[in-house]
Order: sequence, then C-alpha cells, then structure tokens
Amino acid sequence: MATTEEIRTDLAEIVNEVTGIPAADVQLEKSFSDDLDVDSLSMVEVVVAAEEKFDVRIPDDEVKNLRTVGDAVTYIEKAQAA
Amino acid sequence: MTATWTMPAGSPHAAVLGLGIHRAKRVVPNAEIIDAIDSSDEWIQQRSGIKERRWVGPGETLESMSFAAAERALEASGIAAAQIDAVILASCSNTQQITALAPRIAHLLGTQSPAAFDISIACAGFCHGLSLATDMIRGGTSKHVLVIGAELFSPLVSEHDRGTAFIFGDGAGAVVVGPSDVPGIGPVVWGSDGEQHNAIELSEDWVAAMTDDEPVLPHITMDGPAVFRWAAFEMAKVAQETLDRTGITVDDLDLFVPHQANMRITDAMARAMKLPDRVRIARDIAEQGNTSAASIPLALGRMYEDGEAKSGDLALLIAFGAGLAYAAQVIRIP
Repeated sequence: MATTEEIRTDLAEIVNEVTGIPAADVQLEKSFSDDLDVDSLSMVEVVVAAEEKFDVRIPDDEVKNLRTVGDAVTYIEKAQAA
Repeated sequence: MTATWTMPAGSPHAAVLGLGIHRAKRVVPNAEIIDAIDSSDEWIQQRSGIKERRWVGPGETLESMSFAAAERALEASGIAAAQIDAVILASCSNTQQITALAPRIAHLLGTQSPAAFDISIACAGFCHGLSLATDMIRGGTSKHVLVIGAELFSPLVSEHDRGTAFIFGDGAGAVVVGPSDVPGIGPVVWGSDGEQHNAIELSEDWVAAMTDDEPVLPHITMDGPAVFRWAAFEMAKVAQETLDRTGITVDDLDLFVPHQANMRITDAMARAMKLPDRVRIARDIAEQGNTSAASIPLALGRMYEDGEAKSGDLALLIAFGAGLAYAAQVIRIP
C-alpha cells in the first residue's frame, strides 16, 4: 500500500508534467487553483493521468471537491482502499 | 413470380475533389469580448488558444456563407453544378428550420433537382456528411455529392457566459465528393454517447424561451471540463482506431485536422496520439473560433493557403462535439 508521501510525490510529478509547476511546490496544503494556478482544463489532464497512475476512478463530480493537493491524495488513498 | 429489380452499381471508392470556404467578414478580437465576462485577452488565449474569431457582418447569413463556400468548392473541383446529384448540409444553427437549407443552396448554385437535405449533429456534422457522401457514391445512389458545413453561432452565444462567450465563430466550408478508382476517403469511425447529451446544449427549447414572461433567445451552454475530458482523451482513442481501420499509422499521416474546438484539446489529443513532429496540425481556431460543423473545412482551407496542405497528402479528420457525437476518417487531399 502506497504511503501518503508516496502518493503526493507521484501526484506532484504528474502536476509537473502537465503544467510545468516544480514538483517541490506541490505540497498537501496547496490549493490547485489559488496557490498552484492549475486551471480547470489542466486539472482534467492531471485527473486523467492520476486515474491511470493510481488505478482509480475520479468522476467529474468528485473533481470539483478536490480543492487542495491533500484532498486529492486523501481521495486516491480511499479509492485505492475501497 | 419475382421480378428482377435493377439496383445501381457504385464506384469502388470515393474521393474529395475540391474544397471551398467562406469566413464570416467581421473580425472580433478578444478585446471586444472580455468586458462582459470580466476576463482578459491572456485568460482567453491560455484557456482556448483563441486570439480572435469571425462573426457575420452586415448582409451575411447562413445561406450566403453556405452558398459562397459551395460555389468555391465547385470551382476548385472542376465539377459543374449540373453534375451534382446530392447536396448534404451539416448545421445546427439554422434558426429557420423549415425549410432545410440544402435545397435552397442547390437552387442558388443552378444544380438540377439533386437530392438535398440538412443533417444536424453539431460539431461532428461535417465528417458525418462526408461519410454519407462516400457511402452514397460507393452504393451507386449518387455520383457527385456536395457536402457543406455551415454555422452562424454568434446570435446563439450569451456574451456573459464565461464558459462559452469567447469560443464560437461563424463560417462555412464545402467539399465536392466524387467517384474514384483508388481510395480517397477511408472508412469512418463514428458513434455517440447520448448519456452526456446535456454536456453541450442550447439553454432552452425555442418555444419555451419565446413564450416566457420575458422572452430571450436561448444560448449555447457547455460543461467545459466534462467535454474536455471526453474530447481530449476518448477522441484520441477514436483517432487511433480510425488509423487502424484504414490500415495506416501516424507515420503515414501528413496532416491532422481535428474539429477546432479548443487549442488545448488539439494539443492534448496530439500528445495522446504521439503524433510525429512532421505531421502538420490544424490550428485555425486561433483566428476563426470554433465554428462547429464548418471548422474542419475551414481549417483545411487555411492549411492550403499557408502551403501546409498539398495535393496527395493524407489527412486524418476527426469531428466531435454536442451529442456527444463523433466521426473520423482519413482523406487524401485533392
């Protein structure tokens, strides 16, 4: 089972690939839109890449609730455990 | 006793013989759009790649744009109006639905009583029309088919809708499709996902809108992220399937001409398809906006003008949008 930090690291790499934001900036408390300036379309690309990487399904309705990096990591942890 | 019925014999293949386009006259830069949506030129370009769009000017109508594009397509193909035996017009923005536009355009062109009808499947319309034309020619139903994609969206856009106000444009494009001994239009891959029918739609039924206490024209609405996910990722798979069914690979392609929905969708599709750098990608949306059923012929037209499309090139066309619906095929450039 991947740890919270392992998921954050992998997610940070995805955010970096999609947007060019340094992976080190992608910390749990950061807001995707307000702190990292990830717009709604980039967020879709991050989500699709994350679905593949973590083998989970993140429906559009859920994406709206993933405000921070921590929200996304928690969602992925729960989805993997389910 | 059973009589023997006579059925026509078709051509082994069909090909695009000529292309014509008409861009709406009025150039509308982002600066004209931004105040009503409290936005900026940079914001619009970053989210869509659109710098300006074309909207109709005085005297321009869906009919006039369709006719202009069709006339140029006939001229480019060297086919006389009298040889056209079918006209298919793809549009979802004909607000005078009775009657269909195709017979009127056929009449204006001076054709001789061809079959003429409209099809309505929004942004996927042009490739649907191209597929019908191909099958009609191969089936022996028709010999020369005029396929037109035309849209007049500007009156159906809400200037205050941040998700759509900057996206849509007006214009028309047309091709003449005719018989060929060698493959010129490949097999279509098409389909629909009606479960997502409200991802892009008109805000209200026309009658309901006009009988409200305060009547206002209905406008286009769109769930951007849902459409982006479907278009960028599911459509890349459809594009690959189209190449597979045709029997070619991305290395055989010269041009990639996706529906001009949003530059971000085009970029994401190209990445997902792993298109080689040498494949030239249509980016007409930057100066034209999204013209739905007209976008693919308009984009091809720009590639001709810019010297990016040459006779004999292989182009992958993929049209997708409201429905949700899609259609894709490979064509040889005339």
